[in-house]
Amino acid sequence: MNLFYDTLFNGLAIGSVLVLAALGLAVVFGLMGVINMAHGELMMLGAYTTFVVQNVFKAVLPESVFPIYILVAIPFAFLVSGLAGLLLEKTVVRRLYGRPLETLLATWGVSLILQQFVRSVSSAFAIGLLLAVAIGLFLPRLLVRVQLAPRWAGLKGTISWISAGLVGIGVASLLGEERSLDQPWFSARNLDVTAPSWLRGSIELGGVTMPTARLFIIALTILALWGVTWFLQKSVWGIRIRAVTQNRSMSDCLGIPTETVDALTFLIGSGLAGVAGVAVTLLGSVGPNLGGNYIVDCFMVVVLGGVGKLLGTVLAALGIGVISYVVGSGSLLLIWPAMPAGLNELITFFATTSMAKVLVFALIVLFLQVRPAGLFPPKGRMVEA
Amino acid sequence: MNSFPWLKAWRRWLPWLVLVVAALVLPIVLPPFRLNLLGRFLSLGIVALGIDLIWGYTGLLSLGQGIFFALGGYALGMHLQLGSLAPGQLPEFFGLYGVKSLPGFWQPFTSPLFTFFAIWIVPALVAGLLGYLVFRNRIKGVYFSILTQAALLVFFNFFNGQQKLINGTNGLKTDTAKVFGDLVGSDLVQKELFWLTVVLVVAAWWLCRWLTKGRFGDVLVAIRDDEPRLRFTGYNTTSYKTLVFAVAGALAGISGALYTVQSGIVSPQFMAVPFSIEMVIWVAVGGRGTLIGAVLGAVLINFAKSLVSEQLPETWLFIQGGLFLLVVTALPDGLLGWWWRREVKP
Repeated sequence: MNLFYDTLFNGLAIGSVLVLAALGLAVVFGLMGVINMAHGELMMLGAYTTFVVQNVFKAVLPESVFPIYILVAIPFAFLVSGLAGLLLEKTVVRRLYGRPLETLLATWGVSLILQQFVRSVSSAFAIGLLLAVAIGLFLPRLLVRVQLAPRWAGLKGTISWISAGLVGIGVASLLGEERSLDQPWFSARNLDVTAPSWLRGSIELGGVTMPTARLFIIALTILALWGVTWFLQKSVWGIRIRAVTQNRSMSDCLGIPTETVDALTFLIGSGLAGVAGVAVTLLGSVGPNLGGNYIVDCFMVVVLGGVGKLLGTVLAALGIGVISYVVGSGSLLLIWPAMPAGLNELITFFATTSMAKVLVFALIVLFLQVRPAGLFPPKGRMVEA
Repeated sequence: MNSFPWLKAWRRWLPWLVLVVAALVLPIVLPPFRLNLLGRFLSLGIVALGIDLIWGYTGLLSLGQGIFFALGGYALGMHLQLGSLAPGQLPEFFGLYGVKSLPGFWQPFTSPLFTFFAIWIVPALVAGLLGYLVFRNRIKGVYFSILTQAALLVFFNFFNGQQKLINGTNGLKTDTAKVFGDLVGSDLVQKELFWLTVVLVVAAWWLCRWLTKGRFGDVLVAIRDDEPRLRFTGYNTTSYKTLVFAVAGALAGISGALYTVQSGIVSPQFMAVPFSIEMVIWVAVGGRGTLIGAVLGAVLINFAKSLVSEQLPETWLFIQGGLFLLVVTALPDGLLGWWWRREVKP
């Protein structure tokens, strides 16, 4: 029986990471119908923020306060990822409203840029980048009077961004001559975040060993869920968000500022990705590819959960987490030793982490045959969802 | 090219001219290494044609074409592994994992004829089945995209994890196999493969053009533009979508097989998630719904990639990311759409 609870606990722990990671994605997708492919990279930013906060605590503050750095990192990660998301919404996603497939590709482009950004960012690089962004933002205003042939006119913005980029690269490489400015901040290596001592032990309860790091993640997930539910159900802006989710044009007509609602939702969704990034640092090292490991699972959660309710996201994430863990770790055989021979072999075949994903995907596709719009489909009579 | 009826003739023919001149002159001019690269990139043009068919015309954005690409590659790779063996012998890697007898699904690949069909029919069947299961529930748009991406990851995991069946991560090498007495990796065979690729690209283009020219093409475009209306008019859109997805799968399979023999290996990396999204951007940069643009985009971007990766490897991801952003915001019709656009007199 202990084994059963043990397995269940580990499965739930994995599932709750997924809940945390997919929550922001689901909220944004529900509201705007946009899948943010850079969500994983926003998680990565959250994880790097945790790393930076940890180093600041180590370097500047007395050792006695070090254990609480992870709690401090949470709001910081929320802010960093949230602001990055806001920038993404203001500059890219907004322009592509009503073209979800294009948004998918554009956000993928952003995710590539973010990955390479953390690999190669150095002081010289950062200065060059800031300069390029500043020029790129202001050059089009100076060029308003310049008349171009119609075919080139649409590319005016692009041309100014490219020239801004070239200036930025030039400045960065000039500054890069100075050795101290050329050191990469993070480089492509994987970095390790040291969990504070209170998150390194485990608690024994009724014969089940529960690592405190996982308990912390579960608690963080519950807290985030509670916060999001409260925000969406009780606060004024939450009610506006739900109204826009249900019927965008009607809300617009009734005076709800839908653009602000979009921006706010994107900020919150991205911020939640940052919080998930903090949680993920407790499970493994931090690297530029961190986002990619979680993102496809998060998409599956969104597909399976449907966009009608947050509960769908939670159930889908926990379900996927528990099933992948139970199958992938092979615990099913230990729990039920007297399994019939045929089933036995089948389960053993799927008893690795990657093969468990194969099984889970097959189950999801089967489930979608019964309920194409996920666990909790949005209600309505629209033909075009 | 119905969507650009006004274009001047030379604008229409210029891309073709570039392609034909390239195919004729380059084998003489380029050293074998560069020629081989070009052959690879041209074969990638075939998978891009398939993507143009399903995305540019039908509006289905598949992020999982790597599945079918790799399936085609594996079919040919398995055949080449078996082809150069004495009867009763096993491909070398099986010895590493203690496999004593050939797994059952390898058996038919000893036959060249079976392999010839498997290269495109197996991917088409897998695509058809996956497509049918998804389309019959009217799952579409972003949902379809991320489901294909998940399917891709699943296939990747499967091929990556099954050492005893298909050599897992290491993939199958094809360079040391022999066709008609010559090594596949030799310059002579590679040159022949280049010409074969050119012929097949033109054939694939012709097939896609034939499909999109007539009524079938009109239905595809209608599905892209207003599927519910088409359904209410009495069309069974599911079967059209399944069919066109299967055709794109078959094209991806052929492309994968050509790419495999020209790069010397087929591995699960063909099914890596980023690679399949890259395929989409080739089409987007070349120009959606233009067919020839897809081939052009595949060749151009891959050449740019190999040049940049040789000179400044760390900047490639920035450039690629920038391309994604550029093409969806400023150049929605791609290079060809932009080139073919009529000059409006101000």
